Amino acid sequence: MLGYIIRRILWAPVLLFFAALFVFVMGEFAPGDPIEVALGQSYTEERAERLRELRGLNDPVAERFIKYIYNAVQLDFGESLSRRDRTVWELLAPKLKVSGQLFLAGIIISVTFGLPLGYYAASKQGQWMDPAIVGSTLFLMAIPVFFTAPLLILIFAVNLGWLPVGGWDGLFSTRIILPALVTGIPGIAGLVRMMRASTLEVLGQDYIRTARSKGLGEFVVRRRHVARNAMIPVLTILGFAIAGLFSGSLITELIFGIPGVSSFALQALSARDFPVITTLALIGAGMLVTVNLLVDILYAVIDPRITYD
Amino acid sequence: MVTTTADVNDGIPVVRERSLSPFRMAMGRLFKKKIALVAMAILFVLYFTGIFAPLIANHDPNTINLRSTQEGPSSEHFFGTDRAGRDLFSRAVYGIRTTVIITAVGLVTGSLFLGVTLGLLTGYFQGIFDAFVMRVGELVSAFPDILLIILLAATLRPRIVDLVRNIEDWTGIDGLVSSGAADFFVISVALLPLSWFGMMRLVRGQVLTLRTMPYVEAANAIGVSTPRLMFTHLLPNTLAPIIVSASSGLGAVAGSEVILSFIGIGIQPPHPSIGRMIADVTFQGGGLVSVLRDHPEQLLTPIVIVFAFILCWNLLGDALNDVFNPRTR
Repeated sequence: MLGYIIRRILWAPVLLFFAALFVFVMGEFAPGDPIEVALGQSYTEERAERLRELRGLNDPVAERFIKYIYNAVQLDFGESLSRRDRTVWELLAPKLKVSGQLFLAGIIISVTFGLPLGYYAASKQGQWMDPAIVGSTLFLMAIPVFFTAPLLILIFAVNLGWLPVGGWDGLFSTRIILPALVTGIPGIAGLVRMMRASTLEVLGQDYIRTARSKGLGEFVVRRRHVARNAMIPVLTILGFAIAGLFSGSLITELIFGIPGVSSFALQALSARDFPVITTLALIGAGMLVTVNLLVDILYAVIDPRITYD
Repeated sequence: MVTTTADVNDGIPVVRERSLSPFRMAMGRLFKKKIALVAMAILFVLYFTGIFAPLIANHDPNTINLRSTQEGPSSEHFFGTDRAGRDLFSRAVYGIRTTVIITAVGLVTGSLFLGVTLGLLTGYFQGIFDAFVMRVGELVSAFPDILLIILLAATLRPRIVDLVRNIEDWTGIDGLVSSGAADFFVISVALLPLSWFGMMRLVRGQVLTLRTMPYVEAANAIGVSTPRLMFTHLLPNTLAPIIVSASSGLGAVAGSEVILSFIGIGIQPPHPSIGRMIADVTFQGGGLVSVLRDHPEQLLTPIVIVFAFILCWNLLGDALNDVFNPRTR
């Protein structure tokens, strides 16, 4: 077990190193000159050359990559190529904060609706409620964000006038409600399905029968024995959820006009601002790797039956 | 079981039992599922529409007609016209064709070719090759999907377009770039990471358990060649999970194509695609809200189509899983 965790922890930086290398090579391979884009109208040969020299873009690729990694390890991600005199971190931090808040709100919505619904569906197995809930989750999973976003805007912002149409005002404002719902809905569907499946599995276990037969009340059995054990496999969805942070929020951010990471990443791509893109990829991959590792460890901590050997 | 009494031997009918293969039995169960049938019917209509797009569309999808913009549905324009007076029905039909091509190419290249072949090879030979491919897969899945897809599409596009231009010059075939063939190529390559690793892991896992089975040992013992062992003995037995995974994966491929075209790095204008149609409505002029109020059909048409693609592939994948998986049956 400990060996497994140590192996995983040692492997993570290697993975991140290669992830950075991959994005770096893509940046070299991609055509388009970031300096040309950055200078725009005021482009002249000498200026471009001076800027390139200044930014170290004339150094060999390998040297630049090693330098980047050396600095990145110390959490210094270098300077942006498209915005002058701004470090990548300065530009990224506020965007990450916005996306993080949106993500958090989405997760809260997914969990508060998803877990109880899944549990409820499982306890109503064999009745009409169960297939109805499961059927509607398939529906919810397939509904594209392009659809839920305008639909919710039309109902709650335009017709009812309860909520603003778009924009961003932080975690504690009414502006976050619609985008959070939009990002949370696919998560609800996923959680309902997982929670239902694992609750059903737990309900069929011997220890549930034991608990009942020793005379425990139904409430205690459900709460202590069923719900708790059913939550374990649901933990894995956390990993997926982090991965969904980018895909789910991309369209949402664009439609609602939220100044988050995704729209920033698109801008950086068209400006060929590869320090920004590499850093984003590193952060994304780093989060994914860390969360998956944490989930695996948590798994073993919560459920002593799980070993990794 | 099917019993036939076809043979007659000395006047006594011989009852010969012909057992159905598990695969045909599963298919029989599939055809009894109403939801699966509906999903398959809708997918059939979509794919038929895509394949025969030029025959079905009643207008040119790109012809701009400023005399008839923002019209409602009529017998001339079934779904009405957009801001530039283009016929929405024809645009939708050609957009479906785009998605149909991308899902088909994605299925064949990513899941079937790369995923299944690598899965068979790694599962059977194991060793260094297996370790290498698995590490590459881990690297690919360390990126958030959409980030990797966007990165690939954005950086590869100019290179691929150049390449296709060169091919045009060498071969003298005109119009590859202008026909949008290069776009399809870009998207297909960008979507590869989405499909191959999941499929590969699945096949590899199956092969790992299968290769210890007595029948594989027996085949080995009588000197069956390795390719024959892989393709005639191992592959058919991994077919069920392959079908299930491919079917549910295609929904994701269709959705990703729409997202790529929506953010402007997939199919390039003026070529019609579902994602472009949604983006046209969402980002152009008067804004989303006014379109929703005055011309909801402009947004509904493309959205219902994406929805149908994703939902039907998911439903079919679910049904196939039920049908093939003895535990959930």
